[in-house]
Amino acid sequence: MKPSTAYRQYHPKWYRTRVSTLWWSRRWSYLKFMLRELSSVFVAFYVVILLLQLHALRGGPEAYLEFQEWLKDPLLVVLNGISFLFVLFHAVTWFNLTPKAMVVRLRGKRLPNLLVAAPNYAAWLAISGLIVFLLMRQG
Amino acid sequence: MAETITIEVARYRPEQEGEPTLQSYEVPFSKDWVVLDALNYIKDHVDGSLSFRWSCRMGVCGSCGMTVNGEPKLTCATFLSHYLPGPIRVEPLQNFPVVRDLIIEMTDFLEKLQSVKPWIVREDDPAPAKGEFLQTPEQLDNYKQFSMCINCMICYAACPVYGLDPQFAGPAAIALAQRYNLDSRDQGEQERMDVLSQHEGIWGCTFVGECTEVCPKNVDPAGAIQQYKLAATKEWFKSFLMPWSKP
Ligand code: SF4
Ligand code: FES
Repeated sequence: MKPSTAYRQYHPKWYRTRVSTLWWSRRWSYLKFMLRELSSVFVAFYVVILLLQLHALRGGPEAYLEFQEWLKDPLLVVLNGISFLFVLFHAVTWFNLTPKAMVVRLRGKRLPNLLVAAPNYAAWLAISGLIVFLLMRQG
Repeated sequence: MAETITIEVARYRPEQEGEPTLQSYEVPFSKDWVVLDALNYIKDHVDGSLSFRWSCRMGVCGSCGMTVNGEPKLTCATFLSHYLPGPIRVEPLQNFPVVRDLIIEMTDFLEKLQSVKPWIVREDDPAPAKGEFLQTPEQLDNYKQFSMCINCMICYAACPVYGLDPQFAGPAAIALAQRYNLDSRDQGEQERMDVLSQHEGIWGCTFVGECTEVCPKNVDPAGAIQQYKLAATKEWFKSFLMPWSKP
């Protein structure tokens, strides 16, 4: 990309605006974008929790009990709650991206966005269902 | 019903002021008037020094893009009645340098557009023996949506990535590259990929998605960019797994 920025210096009379640091607060769609970017921090947080959990699991039943106690800390419960909402948001926006990136045609007709995103949701539901089933059987 | 409506227009006269100021005008209100009609009324009857671009007044030429009450709009397709009781603020498109009043400098966009070769590229240059390349309606359908672009730059005005980093190729240029890539008569995909697989190309896009929301022609540039990313990733994997295969 060869921009004409160098050339522009010689046009001191052009008026240029700077994008403000708070640009993302100007519009709901921008804010939504920023929240989605932010959600990756919480996805990372979940990964860390999972790793800690695995670590505790390896440390034997005692270590695992201790880990479970630690999870009951109100601060962690709140943090986990917020993370859950962000991860949910992350997943939904990610799933809805599929029809944007992939054009699926059936007999020459482009499938509607909803139908292209649907398999994602179906898989999500199925896997969640399986996990719930496994948990219930244990409990 | 209101008889008149107030239009606040951004004025910038570089020979007399250092930054834009707002000037208010009262114009007659008519329910079938668009913002561009109001501007033309001002130009013809109130203040001939007001400068702005327009041509077709029917959403075809793409030259009348401005910021209306903070949103990038084609002013010939934006009705006054939508903003009752007013006032309506009209400013130049965001993210571009302002030359005068509502006129922005668009060389940067034109250069980017040209860099992606928005025309049919053929390796076998001589025209086909039968006089034209044939194309089925399905093949046309593949790229038709992206071909509706009128180069109005409204998507650039809505794109925060372009605002923050003017090196970014931007929505319309990428959508138009994709328009030709998807054309069955075209053979220039690789050349365009060389330009657009750079960081300032498709990877600059963080998928805010606002370009698609504001496009007056339903081009869906955000979709084009994500499809492009997918294609680039596939190609990268292929060259990684099968380095001997020619792209
Ligand atoms: S993609 Fe849409 S908004 Fe962007 S220049 Fe083309 S017509 Fe205008
Ligand atoms: S005047 Fe041509 S698109 Fe508005």
